[in-house]
Amino acid sequence: MEEILKIEGLSKSFDDLTVLEDINLTVAKGEVVVIVGPSGCGKSTLLRCINGLESIEEGKVLLDGETVNPTTGNIRKLRERIGMVFQSYDLFPHMTILDNIMLAPLKVQKRDKAEVKKEAEELLARVGLSSKKDNYPRQLSGGQKQRVAIVRALIMNPEVLLFDEVTAALDPEMVREVLDVILDLASQDRTMIIVTHEMAFAKAIADRVVLLDAGTIVEQSDPISFFESPKTERAKKFLSTFEYSKQ
Amino acid sequence: MGIEVIFKGKNLIRLLEGLGIAMKISMISVAISIVLGIILGMLMTMKKPAVNAVLRAYLEIVRIMPQMVLLFIVFFGITKMTGINLSAETASLIVFSFWGTAEMADLVRGSLISIPAIQYESSMALGLSGFQTYVYVIIPQIIRRLIPLSINLITRMIKTTSLIMMIGIVEVLKVGQQIIEANRKTSPKAAFGVFAVIFLLYYLVCGPISALSKMLEKRWEN
Ligand SMILES: Nc1ncnc2c1ncn2[C@@H]1O[C@H](COP(=O)(O)OP(=O)(O)O)[C@@H](O)[C@H]1O
Ligand SMILES: [Mg+2]
Repeated sequence: MEEILKIEGLSKSFDDLTVLEDINLTVAKGEVVVIVGPSGCGKSTLLRCINGLESIEEGKVLLDGETVNPTTGNIRKLRERIGMVFQSYDLFPHMTILDNIMLAPLKVQKRDKAEVKKEAEELLARVGLSSKKDNYPRQLSGGQKQRVAIVRALIMNPEVLLFDEVTAALDPEMVREVLDVILDLASQDRTMIIVTHEMAFAKAIADRVVLLDAGTIVEQSDPISFFESPKTERAKKFLSTFEYSKQ
Repeated sequence: MGIEVIFKGKNLIRLLEGLGIAMKISMISVAISIVLGIILGMLMTMKKPAVNAVLRAYLEIVRIMPQMVLLFIVFFGITKMTGINLSAETASLIVFSFWGTAEMADLVRGSLISIPAIQYESSMALGLSGFQTYVYVIIPQIIRRLIPLSINLITRMIKTTSLIMMIGIVEVLKVGQQIIEANRKTSPKAAFGVFAVIFLLYYLVCGPISALSKMLEKRWEN
């Protein structure tokens, strides 16, 4: 399979706190990689390194052979090719839904306005939010905002999509509508790296599951092996935190 | 009632002229304050300790000094110390700008730090440049926060211009006093009428400005 993203010996620390240590990960075109792990293990930092929101001291992130480095001139071009959706709602509050979606294609890609508008409306329809296009973010529920954020990333036609716990801040009844949108993307063969705590979703969508703990990859395998016969003690322990039984 | 003195001779025109001077001084000061305040406010968010210390001290001075004291220091003090003869109007402009710049800087700083980091990051993640991020994402949000607050500052400045008569500028309140003095014998109740009219004038100027700010605030709440 053709590889699109390659992370080589990536280490990252904040002052003297080491957050990521010697991460090696290769993602193939069309592959869905789900990253799981306890809170604070470095999942967000890893995603932020991938699209150059964090500086990298050691190791490399390569997108299709090009090094991602926030201090070099081509970082904007690379970011255009990597879409990211964050955990906290990050729509621009002073713009309508349509304007939020159209900003980057118009200003960054300098595409034709009529064409961008048409695509934005089609994508909104696909996530069931056509009626909200002229509303402001404050008029939407959390789940609706996250669906718009996904559309906003999608319209740039990125080669890789990064999702950082996009349902973690949502009320339970809204989680599903967002995850369904991501499942729909997987069926279109999008390359995605997804950080999530929704294990049933991870099992359904992943081609590969990666367990991150204390900044290192402790186990990675296909979802069936990972969830049904985890190899490491650490993975067993992590998975057991999602199980409940009456004592 | 004493209101008739307003319509005697050129009294009404003089009152309006006085109001004009007050407006002129506050508007010029506001314009200066907005420009300098934006620059200083941005400097304050840059986390340079030395710059911050100086600006903090400046803000503190403006906060604890009554505007009247500042006016006296600039108008009489500077003239005494340097021999430069400042006109009362220039002195007022200096003091009002000195005060307004400090307040604006603090408002700008507050608005800047109130924009969550995720707004910058999600804009950058979409491939926008730092400059585009400021122009399309950050500055429009800051302006929305800033306009109601600076309108409030404008109305406070207009009201505070009543102090400049203390250094000899004949603004609306001073004209009012002159009218009352001049008509003390013929209309002993003139004070009531004159002050009622001045109240009305201030209201006519500041009322719409406040209303505008309330309207913008309503429209932009998010
Ligand atoms: N900008 C930062 N400065 C200092 N420490 C940070 C910063 N960002 C994250 N960290 C620390 O790095 C560790 C990993 O954080 P994060 O990647 O957000 O974990 P996760 O997403 O897995 O919960 C945490 O201990 C966190 O406190
Ligand atoms: Mg996280």
